[in-house]
Amino acid sequence: MPTRLATTIKSLLRRAAPGFTGGAGPAPAASRRLWWWTLLALLCLPVLAPVLSVVLLSFFPDGEDGIWHHLYSTVLGGYIFNTVALMAGVGVGVFCIGAGTAWLVTMYSFPGRAVFEWCLLLPLAVPAYLMAYCFTDLLEFSGPVQVFLRGIFGWSSARDYWFPDIRTLPGAVAVMSLVLYPYVYLMARLGFLELSSNLLESARTLGYGAAGAFYKVALPLARPAIAVGIALVCMETLNDYGTVDHFAVATLSRGVFDVWLNMGSLGGAAQLSSAMLVFAVLLVAVERAARRRRRYDQDHHRFKPLTRQPLRGGRAFLATAACALPVAAGFVLPGALLLHYAVGYWDSSRAGRFLEFAANSILLSTLAALTAVLFALFIAYARRLCRNPTSNALASLTAGGYALPGAMLAIGVLIPLSWLDNRVDAWAEANLGIDTGLLLSGTLAALVLAFVARFLAVASGAVEASLTRITPNMEHAARSMGYPPLKVLRKFHLPAIRGGLWAGLLLVFVDGMKELPMTLLLRPFNFETLSTFVYQYASSELLEECAAGGLLILAAGLIPVILLSRALTTGARGGRRVAREPVVVEYI
Amino acid sequence: MNAKKLCLALGVFLLPLHAGAAAGEEVNVYSHRQPFLVQPLFDVFTEQTGVKVNTVFARKGLVERLKREGANSPADVILTVDISRLAESAEAGVTQAVRSRKLRRNIPRAYRDPRRHWFGLTTRGRIIAASKERVQPGEITRYEDLALPKWRGRVCTRSGKHIYMVALTASITAHHGRDGARQWLAGLKNNLARKPQGNDRAQVKAIRDGVCDVAVINTYYMGKMLSDPRQVSWAESVFMIFPNQDGRGVHVNVSGMAMTRSAPNRANALRLMEFLSGAVAQQIYAEQNHEYPVKKSTPLSGLVSSWGEFKSDELALARIAELRGEASKLADEVGYDN
Repeated sequence: MPTRLATTIKSLLRRAAPGFTGGAGPAPAASRRLWWWTLLALLCLPVLAPVLSVVLLSFFPDGEDGIWHHLYSTVLGGYIFNTVALMAGVGVGVFCIGAGTAWLVTMYSFPGRAVFEWCLLLPLAVPAYLMAYCFTDLLEFSGPVQVFLRGIFGWSSARDYWFPDIRTLPGAVAVMSLVLYPYVYLMARLGFLELSSNLLESARTLGYGAAGAFYKVALPLARPAIAVGIALVCMETLNDYGTVDHFAVATLSRGVFDVWLNMGSLGGAAQLSSAMLVFAVLLVAVERAARRRRRYDQDHHRFKPLTRQPLRGGRAFLATAACALPVAAGFVLPGALLLHYAVGYWDSSRAGRFLEFAANSILLSTLAALTAVLFALFIAYARRLCRNPTSNALASLTAGGYALPGAMLAIGVLIPLSWLDNRVDAWAEANLGIDTGLLLSGTLAALVLAFVARFLAVASGAVEASLTRITPNMEHAARSMGYPPLKVLRKFHLPAIRGGLWAGLLLVFVDGMKELPMTLLLRPFNFETLSTFVYQYASSELLEECAAGGLLILAAGLIPVILLSRALTTGARGGRRVAREPVVVEYI
Repeated sequence: MNAKKLCLALGVFLLPLHAGAAAGEEVNVYSHRQPFLVQPLFDVFTEQTGVKVNTVFARKGLVERLKREGANSPADVILTVDISRLAESAEAGVTQAVRSRKLRRNIPRAYRDPRRHWFGLTTRGRIIAASKERVQPGEITRYEDLALPKWRGRVCTRSGKHIYMVALTASITAHHGRDGARQWLAGLKNNLARKPQGNDRAQVKAIRDGVCDVAVINTYYMGKMLSDPRQVSWAESVFMIFPNQDGRGVHVNVSGMAMTRSAPNRANALRLMEFLSGAVAQQIYAEQNHEYPVKKSTPLSGLVSSWGEFKSDELALARIAELRGEASKLADEVGYDN
């Protein structure tokens, strides 16, 4: 039955769009392009609908009038300043940590390098809000650090000495940089691994030192990859609510919830959210600009893998320390604290349920990751084939979901889905006499859709970054053989961008494991994931009670992170293989 | 992806639909209260009636979800942590009036909606906690005192935007007018020892740590801290002041419930609501979360009854809900959270 169905679909498609299934010979370029454009639009629709719903909401202000006047004359300036400062701070932070450590582990050999290569990704598994809670516990007055200092210096009260307050803007910058830098590390490493050592040797012969080679050669060449990483981080910073709320930093996302819940104006909240989208559009524009000016003029035929320079003595020590610090602060420390609490507050009655929560988390994240990467792949490829401004704009807009606060995007998902469900129900009742109820709202499918709307930017970032490394020349070569686009994609692109696909899958998976606000609001009845379980306690500042659940989130993140690291190295190797011996040759 | 995989994926997506459709006697709850607080109540309910309770917990947005799902929403009952959310759901038109003699008997008039759309389940007072070491009994007796210059740099509270603080500001607005409330909030802001942060528990901890001398907290937090070995020392560093006993009394708020307009399992929803207001459930609320049960005859937890009787403000809760937007704006105007 399934095979017959597939044949039917295939023949239908062949009629509708010659070229899709490969059997119909070369079709006119224009109609093929139209086909891909339609596919692109269809894929973008469910992803854009939630974002557009939020924008649309903002045209229907409800609640009291004059909210903007009130915001403008009181807190709006502060919101914007804090938001921009936070994004700038975190952006610089993740660049320094992420690109710096990526450069070290790619170019040099020093004690522990092989371990750091994958360890540096570990903080990816830690949800930012959990990190915020952990750091507060560690650094506050009654935390171990200050207790230790008081013990040494004999202070007794908080008024006897000054200690930096973690619950501030700089505190938020530090915490968010520590959990978000792996995005940049990952992307920068992808970029650096692509470098041929010929280029760096040339830089050396031209008289540049190690620093010169980094700034003048490596950084510009890896720029697109790093730009993608930083843009993702900035959007993640923009949408964050949990961390800034805990640290009492009044950003735009906090404003959104205040306007919505305290002032009772969802429309006003949507307006504020739309303003946040402007930031996102700017970020995407900057990122694209950074990518556009790049040329692909590495000579792939003479690609020579990098040879790592050994470091000795003080330099080796510094390199080890520079890599160890982010891992220690971003993973080991929160992990150890959670372990400590989990042991102290272990309640064996919950152990059985943890398995269920973990299974739910993994199921949800896996479905979301697969769907998001599939969407990202086809959107990126369709856009490549269409090459026109509308398709570019459409594809860029899909990143918007990543910049909105999660709960707001969840509302954006609710609107079109429940509209559709209620329409279907009304139709079925009128014509068929069946009460369908809500078919999609409140199901796992709705949640997966919401995750795709949110994390498509992550998947696209990874897929596109690797897709851009395939030069148009290589593609033309394949196409001139008369292969239809889908076959080119399968035989030629897929093997070459395998690394990027894996990176996208695993990133969305890990992000999904950490996701909270959308899961909370959109989930089906009795559907508890690890993060919703942890949240009910953490939100009451009862970190001890939920430490075991928090540890499981970290542990569940470990496996994909290790896979990610492996995919990163093999993916890059695969990329090189393609570069040296274009796969096309095999098909001639 | 081939057709077989596609079918499999589709099956996984649609699985929850069937799981939901096959169940027997049940009632569906959207809850703003954490599962660990309400689950024990639901367990007893299921044991007594055989009716299964399905829940979704979220901090925010459930009213919006109800609104969007409309007449087809599967939810029967909504549980909230304060009066504002109750009023919000009633205003949004997603609740229905409930006629029940049991509810009327169990819940005093002050704690239910005159239009019978929402019902209070527990009450809590917003009180002042003061350092046993640095504050003399009788030194502070009213909310208004918190704004006196004498307390400069000695007060801690949570964010002025949090629903509990917003409700307190709304009650001050109701009693002193907008200008009076603004003056009070500005005075309080001036007296803060640090930028507002953390929950009520964290304020008491700050007193223990010497950061500040007085704080504003909900009553049940004291009970919770005293029953947690790690937090006993925080609670023991303060004494409780039930403010304005010579005047209007303590500002109180309720946690409560409402039946949704669409409620597909109406009969079971009513059973659950009556159960929650009944003796057994009220006792669990009192014992477990150290709240004040609304049902008069329910014994308080030993700890809570040791705090003694107090006079509470009789201002209509609906009025507090009405003024919440204004109160939230006041917090912006005085830059409370800056």
